[in-house]
Amino acid sequence: MKLFVFPRWANKTRQLAGIALGVTPLYLIGLIWYGASPKTTDVGYMPKQPVPYSHALHAGQLGIDCRYCHNTVEKAAVAAIPPTATCMNCHSKVHTKSELLTPVRDSYATGKPVEWVKVHDLPDYAYFNHSAHVVRGVGCVTCHGRVDQMEEVHQFAPLSMSWCLDCHRNPDLNLRPPEEVTNMTWTPPGDPAEYGKSLREKNHIAPPTDCSTCHR
Amino acid sequence: MAAVSDVNQFVATQDGGNPFTGPPQGDNPFAKITDNVVRVMAAPRPPRAWYIAFGISLSLLTMFFGSIGWVAWTGIGAWGNMMPVSWAFPIVNFVFWIGIGHAGTLISAILFLLRQNWRTSINRFAEAMTIFAVVCAAIFPGVHIGRPWLPYYMFPIPNQMGMWPQFRSPLEWDVFAVSTYATTSILFWYMGMIPDFATFRDRSKSVAKRISYGILAMGWRGSSRQWHRYERAYLILSALATPLVLSVHSVVSFDFATAQLPGWHATIFPPYFVAGAIFGGFAMVVVLAVPARQFFGLKRIITIDHLELMNKIMIATGLLVGYAYGMEFFIAWYGGNRTEGFTFVNRAFGPYAWAYWTMITCNVLSPQLFWFRKLRRNPWVTLAIGMVINVGMWFERFVIICTSLARDFLPSSWGYYIPTPVDFMTLGGSFGLFFTLFLLFCRYLPMVAMSEVKAFHPSVLAHAHGGGSHGDHH
Repeated sequence: MKLFVFPRWANKTRQLAGIALGVTPLYLIGLIWYGASPKTTDVGYMPKQPVPYSHALHAGQLGIDCRYCHNTVEKAAVAAIPPTATCMNCHSKVHTKSELLTPVRDSYATGKPVEWVKVHDLPDYAYFNHSAHVVRGVGCVTCHGRVDQMEEVHQFAPLSMSWCLDCHRNPDLNLRPPEEVTNMTWTPPGDPAEYGKSLREKNHIAPPTDCSTCHR
Repeated sequence: MAAVSDVNQFVATQDGGNPFTGPPQGDNPFAKITDNVVRVMAAPRPPRAWYIAFGISLSLLTMFFGSIGWVAWTGIGAWGNMMPVSWAFPIVNFVFWIGIGHAGTLISAILFLLRQNWRTSINRFAEAMTIFAVVCAAIFPGVHIGRPWLPYYMFPIPNQMGMWPQFRSPLEWDVFAVSTYATTSILFWYMGMIPDFATFRDRSKSVAKRISYGILAMGWRGSSRQWHRYERAYLILSALATPLVLSVHSVVSFDFATAQLPGWHATIFPPYFVAGAIFGGFAMVVVLAVPARQFFGLKRIITIDHLELMNKIMIATGLLVGYAYGMEFFIAWYGGNRTEGFTFVNRAFGPYAWAYWTMITCNVLSPQLFWFRKLRRNPWVTLAIGMVINVGMWFERFVIICTSLARDFLPSSWGYYIPTPVDFMTLGGSFGLFFTLFLLFCRYLPMVAMSEVKAFHPSVLAHAHGGGSHGDHH
């Protein structure tokens, strides 16, 4: 038998093993830091809805207030998805023959709700209350983006734990007068930080950061 | 080629100069040593006993993964863990396995620095045992968290939750202690094997084996420069590994000692745990050594004298552990704390008395048999007592964890922990993982550090020290 049986690539294994040992931990850290972050996995999520409802048309061009449909947002934890009846308030008069609205009319006729797909879906172990935020002056646009410009709604913010905590630790820049919450184009008068601080003090806003705030 | 590397290994020397000369009964020429070790790898088939043992281990391993999978699927309710005994088997097993590893590090690092040359016959597979035990140990906390896909929470990796591990918690120190331990042990083990891989490469008949051992040998030719660096690196690594013998199990003991719980909250814990770990670890070394020398024909390398020395260490550490058991009672009485006092009376005479007295019998009484020279020089007695001690050391952790948790300050929250069959399957299965890895190691990797054994061969020492004075001890 030949004494030297080594193929040429055998010389490289040591270097490759060294590189692999160095790179693997970095890759895993990167995978968790970047790859597993909702910034990467969830932002931009835009599921196909049963009806091509356009927020840009209704909320943007027509200027319907968010609370006309999501009417529980100031009082309840969940911002309600409107029942078909809410749609039919107008659509029994407007576009009554539109093919795109067939599922809505069917739903109205049968009483079976339209199966909208939830876009902003928090994990079950995270408790979130819309009313707590809305009445204290966190604008819709802060977390949901310019819904009035979205044809179809997509997820705008990462909704990750650190994203929540960033605001809970320093809410100043995300506060506005409660009457302006649904205004998509509101800007703070003067220095935003100063103004936010004054609102925080005036409205006694002290967001908790205990685990049990959200994980109940 | 084989002869060349043999001669080169012959050159390897560390300064002996100590009362123990290894291998005590050896009169093998160097080639015989190499033949003995290489034969296992070169044989087309391992002995029948290997197949039987491997089959059993593999079945247990399957059961291990099955039970872990079942726990992951159904949740940790499949185990008997229930308040107040929430740690129960998984943490008992974790501490048990992590303790086993300590003898390996002690043999490879501390005994090396102390020039206890008899270690050469057993250090390689004691190191292997360390690594496999750490593998078994590391699985348990990962499974015990209940969401085995999230163990990365334990490491300080930037993440979307904006959360760091709790650095003030000894459970987090554990993560670092154990991962440092695993890294150092693997490096030490692998580096020590490089010259032996080269021998395997040179002695292998098949091309595949030559290439794979050749890659593992990383171009080892046995030049004096390579030996020089090898020995420097070995010395540095053993110096790095030495504090780990004390630190790892000390940190594990902090898991308990920093808690407020009576029976855990004791300053005696770190040395008590380290002594126990070395005690249990040596017991596992003999449990592995006796069959290995029997079935792989290594009786002339791992001799009765080696077993006897390990048995003596077991007497010493066994007495230390027994002293700690007694001292715990003394402290509880002397401290005058009622709850503490109750905890220890409850340990010995409460509902877990059966576990306590099993522990005392196995750990304190059984090693006393080694005072008899006949018994400690009998490999089968050694094997039996080693097994008994392992049982005892497992029970020690069970007693500490379960009795303290089951009955603490408030009688209204007392409970009694009853393990489920899945608990036993996970425990038994972890032995499957351990022995599967160990048997693969025996079959494919150099079980004995050939070069080191040769370096302390009486004939080498006789030349190095100008006379046969070192041969007088046996």
